[in-house]
Amino acid sequence: MKIEGKVFKYGSNVDTDVIIPARYLNTSDAKELASHCMEDIDATFAQKLEPGDLIVAEDNFGCGSSREHAPLAIKTAGVSCVIAASFARIFYRNSINIGLPILESPEAVKGIKNGDVVSVDFSQGVITNETTGEKFNSEPFPPFIQEMVAKDGLINYLKEEVLG
Amino acid sequence: MSMTMSQKILAAHAGLAEVRPGQLIMANLDLVLGNDITAPVAINEFAKFGLSEVFDKAKIALVPDHFTPNKDIKAAQQCKQMREFAYSKGIENYFEIGEMGIEHALLPEQGLVNAGDLIIGADSHTCTYGALGAFSTGVGSSDMAGAMATGKAWFKVPSALKFHLTGSLSPWVSGKDLILHIIGLIGVDGALYKSMEFVGEGVASLNIDDRFTVCNMAIEAGAKNGIFGVDEIALAYLKEHHQGSPKIYEADSDAHYDAIYEIDLSQIRPTVAFPHLPSNTRTIDEVGEIEVDQVVIGSCTNGRISDLRVAAKILKGRRVNRKVRTIIFPATQRIYLQAMEEGLLRTFVEAGAIVSTPTCGPCLGGHMGILAEGERAVATTNRNFVGRMGHPKSEVYLASPAVAAASALTGRISNPEKVEEL
Repeated sequence: MKIEGKVFKYGSNVDTDVIIPARYLNTSDAKELASHCMEDIDATFAQKLEPGDLIVAEDNFGCGSSREHAPLAIKTAGVSCVIAASFARIFYRNSINIGLPILESPEAVKGIKNGDVVSVDFSQGVITNETTGEKFNSEPFPPFIQEMVAKDGLINYLKEEVLG
Repeated sequence: MSMTMSQKILAAHAGLAEVRPGQLIMANLDLVLGNDITAPVAINEFAKFGLSEVFDKAKIALVPDHFTPNKDIKAAQQCKQMREFAYSKGIENYFEIGEMGIEHALLPEQGLVNAGDLIIGADSHTCTYGALGAFSTGVGSSDMAGAMATGKAWFKVPSALKFHLTGSLSPWVSGKDLILHIIGLIGVDGALYKSMEFVGEGVASLNIDDRFTVCNMAIEAGAKNGIFGVDEIALAYLKEHHQGSPKIYEADSDAHYDAIYEIDLSQIRPTVAFPHLPSNTRTIDEVGEIEVDQVVIGSCTNGRISDLRVAAKILKGRRVNRKVRTIIFPATQRIYLQAMEEGLLRTFVEAGAIVSTPTCGPCLGGHMGILAEGERAVATTNRNFVGRMGHPKSEVYLASPAVAAASALTGRISNPEKVEEL
């Protein structure tokens, strides 16, 4: 799988309260959540984002709440991949469970600026900054998680592996 | 063998003699928790399994606490979906609002948490139960759905940080100050993916409510779980609340820790986290003049009886500043009743505070105390992110119940040690 898009870049500790503020959590409708994605730190994010664009951020992306609404809002908004130097653990887990592609690569984060065009080849784990031509490698998922992703998320994985 | 407390609990629940950090395991769960925000998503996912029954009706807890009593029509719909699921599946631990409380205060109180248990909850503050020697951690709704179907969840075995506590806390200094101090020390990702294990002779000086507060905020340092060694104080709490016998896991003497922190409790000062990160801490001596519009005392972090007693001690016979909206919310119905019997509620009302029914409401900017643009609150809650309690341009300062109560009297962030002068 290969994706390409424009980068929306953010700093460290982007928390789940700014990814999707709790005042909108009285619904689990993914489209409605997506329309408010990132609005408290980037009011025009949902309007400016085009399907396939990427989020690139520094350390501890997705810290805070366990709300799965956060990766769901990002995915439904049309984001094709989130690249960060590191992720908060519940967000990391939730993203894998719902099928939002995420990659950890501190080097890529250093070498990508807001507005750059970036492509990702997931089979090779290679991130390319198409604006500068620079290439970066990301940490591959362990086999256990690769298997879960191949089965299209946690629910299918558990259905087959645990319930048989 | 060389395992931490957390690793031993995971190994036991995965049926393994030993686990090592980084290992991926599938483990059996003792309890699965969800609330009115996270459970509806999980219920929709659960439907995809096509199962008519949950794995164990006694091992699932559903608590409508975030937007309850229903704050609007959408919230009411979500609560209705959870209620109907609970009744149709025969979930034994569903708590309607008359019997409810904020989940992380309620579950231990109801005897649903035992030492040695492995618990997941679709709420990040599920790590609270480490105070009783359980391994508990927050997950998302898909994990909750999977757990309701199978009774299992996958874990990457965490490495650990050890906090060796000595001495004892000074008057007016609490578990909240200790955990804010630690988060200030290691940062909001200082314990990312790791366990935080609290041991040492200083533990004996922390009451059980202080320990709940400390473990509750382990997530604010990025931790997977926080856990205390089980001692007489924890056993006394379990004996009062839990029917079963506790399983006590102690770390091996050669267990590996990524870092060991020595903390002398007597050196901890009342501590405040400034906007917009829990790690942005200053001691009360460094706070300066910060005027506030609202004080919130309560939440899964600090809504327990000890917290209310401290607040009442400061507010008794005094009046809150007229410019400060002071909102106190006991964390459970039982705590509410206890506070009433002890006369604390009268003290609060006479001091000019209001007392709310148990709810997560204001902590996450849900309802019952939202901030307007430019307003500031001192809160005993757990997060001070941008927009957490309301308008994106409002501010939350995190503090202990003692600091919050003292601040309510003066209208600015104040030192409870100087309460006689206030």
